[in-house]
Order: sequence, then C-alpha cells, then structure tokens
Amino acid sequence: MRDFHVYINRARRNNDPESLTRAIPYAQTLGVRATTMNNQCRFYLPPQASNVGNPTLPALHGGAIAGFMEVSAALYLLLSEPVPHIPRVVDFSIDYLRAGRVQTTFADCEILRRGRRLANLSIRAWQDHPDQVIASARVHFLFKPL
Amino acid sequence: MNFLEQPIDYSTISPLVELEVAQKMCAMVNLAETDDHFRRLSMRFTSVGRGRAEIKMPYQEDLVGNPTTGVLHGGSITALLDTCCGFAAATVLSDIGMAPTIDLRIDYLGRGEPTADIYAKSYVYRLSQSIIFTRGIAYQYPERPLASCVANFVRLEGEDFKAMSKEIREYLDALPEASYQDDLERIRQGPLSDKGER
Repeated sequence: MRDFHVYINRARRNNDPESLTRAIPYAQTLGVRATTMNNQCRFYLPPQASNVGNPTLPALHGGAIAGFMEVSAALYLLLSEPVPHIPRVVDFSIDYLRAGRVQTTFADCEILRRGRRLANLSIRAWQDHPDQVIASARVHFLFKPL
Repeated sequence: MNFLEQPIDYSTISPLVELEVAQKMCAMVNLAETDDHFRRLSMRFTSVGRGRAEIKMPYQEDLVGNPTTGVLHGGSITALLDTCCGFAAATVLSDIGMAPTIDLRIDYLGRGEPTADIYAKSYVYRLSQSIIFTRGIAYQYPERPLASCVANFVRLEGEDFKAMSKEIREYLDALPEASYQDDLERIRQGPLSDKGER
C-alpha cells in the first residue's frame, strides 16, 4: 500500500469510513466497524472473544477498549478534513468509568481543537446508551513527524 | 533520590498476596489456551516480582497501524502497558486477584521500528490506602523508549474480592505442576535488564 492518502480521499468522497478500517490491520484485528449517522461518523466494536481481558467476569480488556478509541479518533480526524500527514499520536489518556461488558461498544468522537500542528479530540465509549459512558478519553495528534 | 525512585518497603504491608501465588497466576496466563486479548496480542510475562512486571510482545503484522510504514499501532502498546501495569498492581493486593484500572495515560516518546519485538516494564511507585499508582515503559531497544505511561488501579478488597481470590486459588491449585513449571521458573528470575538482556 504505497499511498494511504488515496484510501483516505476515496473513503471521504464515497462516505465509506469502513473502507479505512479495512485498510488498517490493527483495526481489523480488533474488529472495528464504522457507520455514518446524520453525516457523523460513528465507530463500533462488535463483541469478540479476542477482545476479552478477564474471562472470569467476563469483561472487555481495557487495552482493547483504549485501542478501539484510539483507532476511532485517528480515523475520525482523517475523515473530517484533508490532512497533510498521517496524524501521529503524541499522548492518549483514558478514564475507565464502568466495566466493558462483552457486547457492542460505540465510540463517539469530537474534535475540540484543530490547529496547524496539533489536534485535540475527545472520545466517549458507551454500550447500552450514549449517556452511560464506559470510558472517556482524550488524545493529541501531531501532523508533523515526531 | 526522589519519591518516584524510593523503593516501597513491602515487609511493613500486611496482608499481602504471596509473591509465588502472584507469579503462578502470571505463568497460568502465559499458558492459558484461551482466545482472549492477552493471547491475541501474543504477550508473555518474562519476569514478575513484588510490585513489578515485564512482558514481551512480538512484532505482529496484524497489529500494524500505518500500512505504509509497517509500524505497530499505538493501541497495541497501550494494551501492552495496561496489562503490564495491571499485573504489577496485582502483586501488591492483599490476596490473589486483579485490580481494576481507574485511568491510564500514555506518552508516545519515539517512533517505532517495523519488525522489532516490543518489551514493557512496569512498577508500583506508590501504594496508598485505596489506590495503587504505577508507571511503565515500552521499548524495542532499552536505550530508546517507545512510550511511557502512568496508570492507577483500585486497591481492591472486600467480599467480592475474596470471592475472586477464592476462585483463582482453586483454579491455580488444580493446575498440574508440570504444565507451568518452566514459565514459573523464568518469571521468578530477576528483571531481564539485570542480566544485560533486553
């Protein structure tokens, strides 16, 4: 895959965010899916055994939830507007508010600030209801090589 | 020496899970034939002591985040560090079990290199009455950190925790010794970095 930008532009033009999740091996491994609702991109993670952390509870692995939210934020940013470089994560912070049960998990992203060099996004992950957040995260992306 | 480097005197803390039992739990996780996230990422404990843990995660193409460069996605490093810090926290609980993560922050310090395996190390730097404070680093080469993190955990206790401990103890007691002996031996050895290895 020589030019990832081609995929990004095509996904944006065709309003097909899922074509991007298919192009990223890690997103495929987690099983990240995407839909478009009211012109907004919404990412979701169907339940799968390989995302379970504690089989005795059972609950989703905190790292799988974090990874899902990180992937979602990056794709959300890529799809929202043209970017000169693939954004690189500078830092990522997550608060675990409820145990993630083994069921479909959604991630809603919001760009709080888009500067020339840096972007800040907020991500909320939920399962049954958008108000019942299971994890809240924020991330900084850099548009230049680190 | 600042408080981040001050070793915690675990001899004054009671009750505390037997280190051998915590190490046995890690050996069990190494060997468990389940299809969970730990296995999916092919993580393996290489050393576990009181208040510290080390894990190796081999480079895997299906964890790549940027298909143009072949570098692993940061999310897989977050999962590695979350696990590493979580098990370091588990070694300072009053009994065998896992401590729920409250929050985690990860800083990506450097660019990863395709195909090189990833190592993580974590330690408990403060144990308060209710909270376990941990730090961790991930690297491919010891002199070049990939990421560092801080993660806080609940110092779990009470009836639910007792039930969890009982369940894990029963599971560990039922394991045939030969099945985990090799991994346990390795895990009990000191940190790899002490021996000049990665």
